[in-house]
Amino acid sequence: MSKVVFEKTKGLTNKEFSYCPGCTHGIIHRLVAEVLEELDILDRTIGISPVGCSVTNYEFFNCDMQQAAHGRAPAVATGIKRVRPDNIVFSYQGDGDLASIGTAEIVHAAHRSENITVIFINNGIYGMTGGQMAPTTLVGQKTTTSPYGRDEKHCGKPIKISELLSAVPGATFIERVSVHNPAHVRKAKKAIKKAFEVQIAGKGFSLVEFISTCPVNWGMKPQDALNWAEENMIAYYPLGNFRTPEEDDK
Amino acid sequence: MAKVMMKGNEAMALAAIKGGCKAFFGYPITPQSELPEYLAKHMHKHGGVFLQAESEIAAINMVYGASGAGARVMTSSSSPGIALKQEGITYMAGAQLPAVIINVMRGGPGLGGIQPSQADYKQVTRGGGNGDYYVIAFAPEDLQETVNIIKEAFDVADQYRNPVMIAVDGLIGQMMEPVDLDIEVPKRELAEKTWATIGTYGKRPPVNINSLFLDPQGLENHSWNLAKKYNTIKEKEQRYEMVNMKDAELVIVAYGTMSRIVRSALEELNKEGIKVGLLRPITIWPFPEKAFKEIPESVKGILTCELSTGQMIDDVKIANNGKLPVGFFGRTGGMVPEPEEIIKAVKDMLGGLK
Ligand SMILES: Cc1ncc(C[n+]2csc(CCOP(=O)(O)OP(=O)(O)O)c2C)c(N)n1
Ligand code: SF4
Repeated sequence: MSKVVFEKTKGLTNKEFSYCPGCTHGIIHRLVAEVLEELDILDRTIGISPVGCSVTNYEFFNCDMQQAAHGRAPAVATGIKRVRPDNIVFSYQGDGDLASIGTAEIVHAAHRSENITVIFINNGIYGMTGGQMAPTTLVGQKTTTSPYGRDEKHCGKPIKISELLSAVPGATFIERVSVHNPAHVRKAKKAIKKAFEVQIAGKGFSLVEFISTCPVNWGMKPQDALNWAEENMIAYYPLGNFRTPEEDDK
Repeated sequence: MAKVMMKGNEAMALAAIKGGCKAFFGYPITPQSELPEYLAKHMHKHGGVFLQAESEIAAINMVYGASGAGARVMTSSSSPGIALKQEGITYMAGAQLPAVIINVMRGGPGLGGIQPSQADYKQVTRGGGNGDYYVIAFAPEDLQETVNIIKEAFDVADQYRNPVMIAVDGLIGQMMEPVDLDIEVPKRELAEKTWATIGTYGKRPPVNINSLFLDPQGLENHSWNLAKKYNTIKEKEQRYEMVNMKDAELVIVAYGTMSRIVRSALEELNKEGIKVGLLRPITIWPFPEKAFKEIPESVKGILTCELSTGQMIDDVKIANNGKLPVGFFGRTGGMVPEPEEIIKAVKDMLGGLK
């Protein structure tokens, strides 16, 4: 008799992912979905899809979803949560979406300590539109709109969202994680769980930032992209917790 | 209830509560700030939510979220703020989400001024955002009509699953007028919001609120479905008032504050024996084209009067379809004409027609 060693989570539909091979969007989807199932909140969760490669993830998450305008997911989440405080609300956003066009919305959602959870994908690039520079693109990194490498004199140094938001008094839980190897995948899942638990407890704004890969637009093979993320992105974007409610309780 | 004296903005806020509004998201801007201020004070007493957003963009996207989650929701603003809301409005039209949007219009372009204006007619009636869509737009002329329409607007929005805008000007917002907030307004038969994202609770498959159609055939089908809905609205929702039409030589087309000034001018003209009628659009989208079929044979010309340099006149020309000469009188920038100026414009036009 065969034994089931891996079962797909109920948090995902049967629809096949639209992501490129080696893209870590998919891993992060699975982790979020597993947490929703494990915390037994899937049937009262409302998710918000961004504009970016994950724009159609309303087809992947097996819960009610709303698709938001570019960068506005935290405002849409606010509208939902304010009229339905008993539902669990999360947004899923890339770094063009959250760290560029949607900076006002994310800062003020944190500032009001909206009781929502934000899944923030930092892949240092605009994936969907074909690899343009993001505010998170590393100095020297080549993209289609920084063809000679990002020049900090021209467009500044990459923005650190977790650090920035942890300076907002309303932010309750902020953690930066990575999914470049199995050990970190496990840690990342713990952070997601914690973030949703903060929301379930009604403690306010939670965000998990993921160091993520875009092998296609980085021009790398999947494994090289994971290595590059580990060596370069984590060096600039340190992993770890920036805010927890416990810290505030002290 | 008897009539009470209320400031326009506050009466509009109370009308929203009476219309069943359960959530409000907005950002301060003159000349409508008393409206959110009133709701900040009173909304919670009626089990509703009031939240001041960080911008109009955020406010309209909060409206999107709340509406998508099934709530009766409203926002209010004035011209430059409405410009910022256009992104959210086109998303709502695409995702077929109802909401009520109050636009207390002021002068433009740019920061413009804070005095009454109708210079946003095109922004309101043409759908200020991208894509093939319209918002249903009412342009009442006094406070009583405004509060009645606000109360009804939530039903209209729900019936058609489309944003409804109520375009008034700063005069209606700022003026104290006697108003009865308990006049019965027609109720519509409304379907249950089975499309709303409220959590599946294990009772149904997930639903989603969405305006994205990557497949062109899918988007074409969706667009034609919307067009069909807009045609139904054009057929069923045109609203207008015809005043003094019998034996009229000239018809003035005017709405909102301008139509009130025209009424005063008509009285004077009547005394002088000059017969002029008023065609008053109450909906500006759909534009009341049907009213033009009721213009009597005695009429020799149409004079469009607006608080702008001439915007509704395009719709008047389309509805008139070349039948009668169309003239224009306008003041703008926050300048409001005296009835005498309209009387003169009428006489000038009639003189030219003879
Ligand atoms: C208002 C608006 N501006 C620009 C775009 C085009 N656009 C689509 S996705 C995107 C960037 C997405 O990048 P990111 O958020 O980093 O997500 P990724 O695709 O990398 O997952 C842009 C600029 C849009 N759809 N809407
Ligand atoms: S373009 Fe990049 S971010 Fe988008 S799916 Fe492909 S690898 Fe992932």
